Amino acid sequence: MTTLLTETEITALLDKLTEAIAADCPTEYGEIALIGIRSRGELLACRLAERLARRLGTELPYGALDITLYRDDLEQAEPDRQPAVRTTEIPFDIEGRFIILVDDVLNTGRSVRAALNALADLGRPQAIRLAVLVDRGRRELPIRADYVGMETTVPIEQRVNVFLQETDGRDEVVVE
Amino acid sequence: MPYNATPSAANRADRFIWRRKHLLGLRDLSREELLHVLDTAEGFKEISTRSIKKAPPLRGKVVVNLFFEDSTRTRNSFTLAANRLSADVLEFTATGSSISKGETLRDTARNLEAMGIDIVVIRHSAAGAPHLLSRCIDAAIVNAGDGQHEHPTQGLLDIFTIRELRGDLKGLKVAIVGDIAHSRVARSNIWGLHKLGAEVILVGPPTLMPASVEKLPVTVCHDFDAVIPEVDVMNMLRVQFERIGSTVFPSGREYSRLFGLTMDRLKRARKDVLVMHPGPVNRGMEIESEVADGPNSTILRQVSNGLAIRMAVLFLVNQAAALKEGTDKTP
Repeated sequence: MTTLLTETEITALLDKLTEAIAADCPTEYGEIALIGIRSRGELLACRLAERLARRLGTELPYGALDITLYRDDLEQAEPDRQPAVRTTEIPFDIEGRFIILVDDVLNTGRSVRAALNALADLGRPQAIRLAVLVDRGRRELPIRADYVGMETTVPIEQRVNVFLQETDGRDEVVVE
Repeated sequence: MPYNATPSAANRADRFIWRRKHLLGLRDLSREELLHVLDTAEGFKEISTRSIKKAPPLRGKVVVNLFFEDSTRTRNSFTLAANRLSADVLEFTATGSSISKGETLRDTARNLEAMGIDIVVIRHSAAGAPHLLSRCIDAAIVNAGDGQHEHPTQGLLDIFTIRELRGDLKGLKVAIVGDIAHSRVARSNIWGLHKLGAEVILVGPPTLMPASVEKLPVTVCHDFDAVIPEVDVMNMLRVQFERIGSTVFPSGREYSRLFGLTMDRLKRARKDVLVMHPGPVNRGMEIESEVADGPNSTILRQVSNGLAIRMAVLFLVNQAAALKEGTDKTP
């Protein structure tokens, strides 16, 4: 297990993402809102919403999206793992908004595909952008992120795990 | 944070693997399994609030509603739940079918299975019919009420509704009032509530208590008025005229005088008491209209929650069916 990002580096990357999103948020789009993919993406969306609120001087709504029902591997369940359904909690109408979809790690692109389909069932946003903390490559679908904290290449057999204060008691990204 | 999914619930769900391809009754379920169904159902509530009330997890699956007994709300609820998960639903009713031509349950099921079905939702007047079915066909089986045995999804939706409004079942006092003897709803509630730490009090005339009530994890009281002030929940069962003869109590009026939930009785209960009813309601018999429509009533909330529970159950049995190993624990 090696540390990919320390707490200080994560903070710096969140600042970088905040700046990139703020610089890119065109006023001709609808109101900005952040939606994080459960579970780590949701926490990052919450943090980015706070930073963006300070940067832009206005409160930004944010929510959490559970993508379990939209996964494409429900029928390939392994004996020791089973995705659990959680709640989707988006306390605003996504119709016509400028949505920043947030996830911790971008890998195959399959979670993002699931999230896009889930969002389509919730309404029709003006636009959707993707922000990720770490892009580890190895895409299996034609998906790319608009805002990337860090790009890195990690061997296929290794996992990138993100630990966040809110649920794990510390901020750290590790490769194991 | 606006989110109510606590880390503990999320962690619990992460570690858990649901292995039951059949939901036959709540008596078989462990506390962890019960909690997993309830937690899963939380995630399905939101679907019914959207403009597009549909999600894709059962796309391409076929759910058969195999109902040998009359039912309106349970059947509709299962149909809608299956539709919202994008399954195809085959409606099978005993009247007007080959059942009336003498086909056996086993043959009916095998014929349905030959059409390539995945989940059978069965209601039958004989206790154990879903169990029999689970042994003779490959599809996942969900019990939608078997005789006087169990009605697990009703028990689950009742418990889900209590947990939604009270947070935790532990230590709650729940009175189940009325015709316990003929009630599969009561039985499923008793097992589920007991495992989650609630105290169950059965209330009704001795003639409507089940034969071996002393073997159930409950206390029994024949005096409704004595119980009213101390309970958190009153689940008012329907008096099942179609199942009982006229001998169990002298008259409807007498029953309602002793065991009907009137406004007068409600005034002596806790202010926040939950008044539940599995429906259909005999207004003026087991419950007064004003109570059924009043602020303590959870009747319509139970119906909405029933959809979420049934979506969760259909999703879970399908998830268990997809597990690679033959890890189903049910007999």
